[in-house]
Amino acid sequence: MRILKNILLATIISIGLHVWAQQTPATAQQETIILSGATIHIGNGTVIESGYLIFENGKITEVGQGATRKQGKMIEVIGKHIYPGFIAPVSSLGLGEIDAVRATNDDDEIGDFIPHIRSLIAYNSESKVVESMRPNGVLLAQITPQGGSISGTSSIVQLDAWNWEDAAVKVDDGIHVHWPNTYRRGRWWMGEERGWKPNKEYEKDSDAFKMYVAHAKAYSKTSSVSKNEGFEAMQGLFNGTKKLYLYAQGEKEIIDGVTACKEAGIENIVLVGGYEAYKIIPFLKQNNISVIVNRVHSTPDRDDDDYDLPYKLPKLLTDGGLMVSLNAVGQMERMNTRNLPFYAGQVAGQGMDKEEALKLITSNTAKVLGIDANYGTLEAGKSATLFISEGDALDMRTNIVTHAFIDGRHVSLETHQTELWKRYAGKFGQN
Amino acid sequence: MLSLLLLFCGMANAQDYFPKNDGVKEENNNYVAFTNATLYVTPTQLIKNGTLLIQNGKVVASGSTVNIPKNCITIDLGGKYVYPSFIDSYTSFGIEKPKRQGGGRSPQYDASREGFYWNDHILAEQKGIGSFKYAGKDAEELRKLGFGVVNTHLMDGIARGTGVLVALNDEAGDATRILNDQSGQFFSFEKSVTSNQSYPSSLMGSIALLKQMYSDMDWYAKGNSKTKDRSLEAMIENKNRISFFEAGNKGNDLRADKIADQFNANYIIVGGGDEYEAIESIKKTNAKYIIPINFPAAYDVSNPYFAKYIDLADMREWNQAPQNPKVLTENGITFALTTFQLDKVSEFSKNLQKAIEYGFNKTKALEALTTVPASLLGQTNSLGTLEAGKWANFLIASGDIFDKETTLYENWVQGKKHIINDKDQKDIRGVYTLSVGGKSYEMTLSGDLSKPKIEVKQDTLKRTSKISYDSNWVTFSFEDDAKELNRATALIPSSGTNFTGKIVLPNGSETTFTAVRTGDAKEAEKDKKEENTLPEILPLTYPNVGYGFTTKPKPQTMLFKNATVWTSEDAGILENTDVLVKNGKIEKVGKNLSASGAIVIDATGKHLTAGIIDEHSHIAALGINEGGQNSSAEVKIEDAINPEDINIYRNLAGGVTSVQILHGSANPIGGRSAIIKLKWGEEADGLLYKNSPKFIKFALGENVKQSNWQSFNRFPQTRMGVEQLYVNYFNRAKEYYAVKKSGKPYRYDEELEVLAEILNGERYISCHSYVQSEINMLMKVAEKFNFKVNTFTHILEGYKVADKMAAHGVGGSTFSDWWAYKYEVNDAIPFNAAIMSRAGVTTAINSDDDEMSRRLNQEAAKTIKYGGMNEAEAWKMGTINPGKLLH
Repeated sequence: MRILKNILLATIISIGLHVWAQQTPATAQQETIILSGATIHIGNGTVIESGYLIFENGKITEVGQGATRKQGKMIEVIGKHIYPGFIAPVSSLGLGEIDAVRATNDDDEIGDFIPHIRSLIAYNSESKVVESMRPNGVLLAQITPQGGSISGTSSIVQLDAWNWEDAAVKVDDGIHVHWPNTYRRGRWWMGEERGWKPNKEYEKDSDAFKMYVAHAKAYSKTSSVSKNEGFEAMQGLFNGTKKLYLYAQGEKEIIDGVTACKEAGIENIVLVGGYEAYKIIPFLKQNNISVIVNRVHSTPDRDDDDYDLPYKLPKLLTDGGLMVSLNAVGQMERMNTRNLPFYAGQVAGQGMDKEEALKLITSNTAKVLGIDANYGTLEAGKSATLFISEGDALDMRTNIVTHAFIDGRHVSLETHQTELWKRYAGKFGQN
Repeated sequence: MLSLLLLFCGMANAQDYFPKNDGVKEENNNYVAFTNATLYVTPTQLIKNGTLLIQNGKVVASGSTVNIPKNCITIDLGGKYVYPSFIDSYTSFGIEKPKRQGGGRSPQYDASREGFYWNDHILAEQKGIGSFKYAGKDAEELRKLGFGVVNTHLMDGIARGTGVLVALNDEAGDATRILNDQSGQFFSFEKSVTSNQSYPSSLMGSIALLKQMYSDMDWYAKGNSKTKDRSLEAMIENKNRISFFEAGNKGNDLRADKIADQFNANYIIVGGGDEYEAIESIKKTNAKYIIPINFPAAYDVSNPYFAKYIDLADMREWNQAPQNPKVLTENGITFALTTFQLDKVSEFSKNLQKAIEYGFNKTKALEALTTVPASLLGQTNSLGTLEAGKWANFLIASGDIFDKETTLYENWVQGKKHIINDKDQKDIRGVYTLSVGGKSYEMTLSGDLSKPKIEVKQDTLKRTSKISYDSNWVTFSFEDDAKELNRATALIPSSGTNFTGKIVLPNGSETTFTAVRTGDAKEAEKDKKEENTLPEILPLTYPNVGYGFTTKPKPQTMLFKNATVWTSEDAGILENTDVLVKNGKIEKVGKNLSASGAIVIDATGKHLTAGIIDEHSHIAALGINEGGQNSSAEVKIEDAINPEDINIYRNLAGGVTSVQILHGSANPIGGRSAIIKLKWGEEADGLLYKNSPKFIKFALGENVKQSNWQSFNRFPQTRMGVEQLYVNYFNRAKEYYAVKKSGKPYRYDEELEVLAEILNGERYISCHSYVQSEINMLMKVAEKFNFKVNTFTHILEGYKVADKMAAHGVGGSTFSDWWAYKYEVNDAIPFNAAIMSRAGVTTAINSDDDEMSRRLNQEAAKTIKYGGMNEAEAWKMGTINPGKLLH
């Protein structure tokens, strides 16, 4: 009886562990690792066939073609592909676990102008959704508060960490601004007509933003006032240490938003969404605005738009000479973020060169987020944040990740999902 | 004045047997004759110099030779036009619409009433006369437009009870002007605002409810009910009354007609004005219509940022809708016109003129306002024409009643005169030279005869001016060169073209002026010409929205040469292969095929595959959930197909050719599916697969428990309740079927009929499912009742019970990689499809999403990454496997 009890207990514990335990973060890189014989996708548009890549102490030390004589732990990767870790910008990863369970969501604070709200401290590094990113090559993300007019301050994290402090790559990197819409749909449930109508609050709402920025700027000029946390948070926008992420879709909204920010003396502006940005490319170029395009796998906003407008938008903007990157914003965005590589693949399907499409989720994103000194490409001196795939990582058939490294640490590719898979495939004798 | 009015009313109301206390009884049996009229006795019978003779509110005689009795007042109309007055057969005149009820925190599932039908929205016992209150102001407005009689009812509910036919006679009381106090019965698809009862919450639910109501009516009429039902009793009482059905658009016209056909209800259908878009089908209904003319106003597209928010479909509607009456006429459809749906009733004349400009025949227009509504209302003996014996309801006008320049003078209702404009007032429109104390002005009077517009010019400079014209007195003012005001008035002489009168100069002194007519007012003419230039009317497309075809596609013989063919059969993937398509079927697959008359497409370097089938789609439907009850087996998605959904086009662009439109997951027993082919350009019925296998949606888990929103009063609230709900329904269906088979009388119940089909193996279940416990449960319930579940859809924990599923013989239709959106998908894994498939479960990848359905190829390809399927196997999950699941 006692034995049975022990077995039972052990079983309960082991099931418990299997179901609930997250993967253990990898330890720091100890020995030199040499990846040799692979196709190396640098992430800046170039490819090295049959190349090698060496990293030590978390940094890439050498990338080249052919063989290397360097000594270290050799990982045979002949015929495989090496990619820089993919980066998910403007993401709510780790700020929510199960959409329908309110208690698990920490992504949207109340208040219209709350730039001091910081995502980083709520980032759940042990999220089961976050760990499911790694087997698809998504290794970095910009964790971003949602909603409101000024939603708060984001931070950039790597996706294999014990806690948020450990995860942080760049703390408080940017402030996120949702520009109002000039038109809105009639609220039919309140008895209004269903069609589109001008948003009467547009001027008022955009003015409220301008006034907030103006006050924040005025605040910086005195030193004796009592503290205003919101205005404090805004200072980085004026001194160039923070970027402003401007969420706007229509031509007019984009022009108004960019103009308002520039006039307020904010230089580092990144456009997020930009559904109609392709109509005003010269304006965006002139103002040196890069664009983080919303989820490629989306339906067009309006019935008369091209059915494939969301598919081709990144290409239209890139061809126009803009710096473009991709996000996963939309329904169920957290769990869908692991499809980021396939969004880039969809753009390649629209005729963009594959290495160019790769930039949309690697080097371009790193530049847009301001982490390109360390991330985004596979170049000597940068962080060894990369993965090895059996084939083309932008194609779901061949995105089969065998190894992933974050800052040289060999991270686990197991997840809650792979464990269930193995358990049940085993039950049915399938593995 | 008041006493005069009362006296008048008294006279009008003089009812033989009523005592009279305010005077002595007197009768007026005099005649009134209208002579020298341009007289429309009927819309098609025009008599020049005709006479209309009336007495006691009725027409005594009309024609070119009418004997005029001695006790007769004769009114010489001098060529003026006389028409039968108009009838509006669909209004809410004098019957106020009830106010919407405020909702509670939780939905209301049960009826609020007792002794009536089980559904609050069946209000057949409602009587319009009960809440009717003659609305003088509205009557005046309607008379101005030429209406003399309107049919009205309480515009609320699905079955609305009876209406009232009322003459717009201000001079009489309800005892005289109400022509019929049970003028037909009224129906719609719209719920009553007086009740919050949830059911029906969808168009298909309204349809199912109406059908059940008719069945129940028959059953009740046979005396089968043990309880009292005043709604059904009213339905039975009203059975032979004329029925009006407010459909509201072309698709609903056809839906209403189908109900009418099934239950011999013979509806007069109140359409939506878009019938021209589906005219062939509308014609086939053989129904009679009442048609609104609320043509859309032009959109303001001057702001380019707004222009993009207006769909091509909306622009087309603006361009094409005014031709609706013309198209209906050309197709021989009988219809009456109505003021219904107009934002302002006063827009009626303007819109009617527009329809005529767009080619609507004037005689037909007159019929649509007189003889047709009279016939629809069953009043051909008393209304619609000016033949002897009918109500003396007629109009006196200056000219052609549909001409913009025509003035309507009088609208006689039941022999009572209602003046709209003074008919004896002279036409003073023209250009005049106005001379005042040595100064000379050019004065132009134009516009409406009784309300002319004025323009005063001095040496070509426009001066501010104002005019009024009443009872042949004209009063006008204008500013002179010093911007000071001159005020003038004059009585227009009955003969001659000039007039003269008094003028008060700015300094206060009085003098006379003369106005000498020099010609016609030309500017008005010019305006008219411009307005008469018709805009180009664009041709329809199929469907008539953005990306529609200019001609309806037809099946053609097609030969595809030299393709890489993915057969999804044992043959696998064939290189350099030809495919011949004939009569809509694959005729041959092979090498070096040829076919005469075939359109040949070189597919070298391209891939050819069977179209993708989406087992779980919600596109192309007007409403997906009938969540008003925990079972809605009686509803059919087939009743609510939307062939104009842009997602059909977008799905085609993603290689999808067939989809199952499933009911939503609002309740454990959902509605019946529609299986459609995405034939963009067909009407709703053209999308349906003929004789397709029968399917119904079931659902388990959080949605049917209503876990994720505020609803706590509907059974079931737990998975335990879900099982018992199924057991209960299946037991009832079994018992129902047994009674039915025994030949004993039974109450026809569409819901139980459908459930009995499941028990009899005639209908398949596609069940929304997530966690293993509930999946297992439904299979056990099915086994207990001796049938098989056909498909588990979503089935995200199918991998945990794949062995049991294979043993039961159920298929799985799943997402490739969705999870984490609800608690019940915490254990969803992207390897699910691979595990189920390897365990012997027929597995498909579906979308449940307008966007994902456009790239199910990619979703199927994810099974290669997650679980290592090969390409051919993965592809089957988007083609033949869903095909198998749908039989």
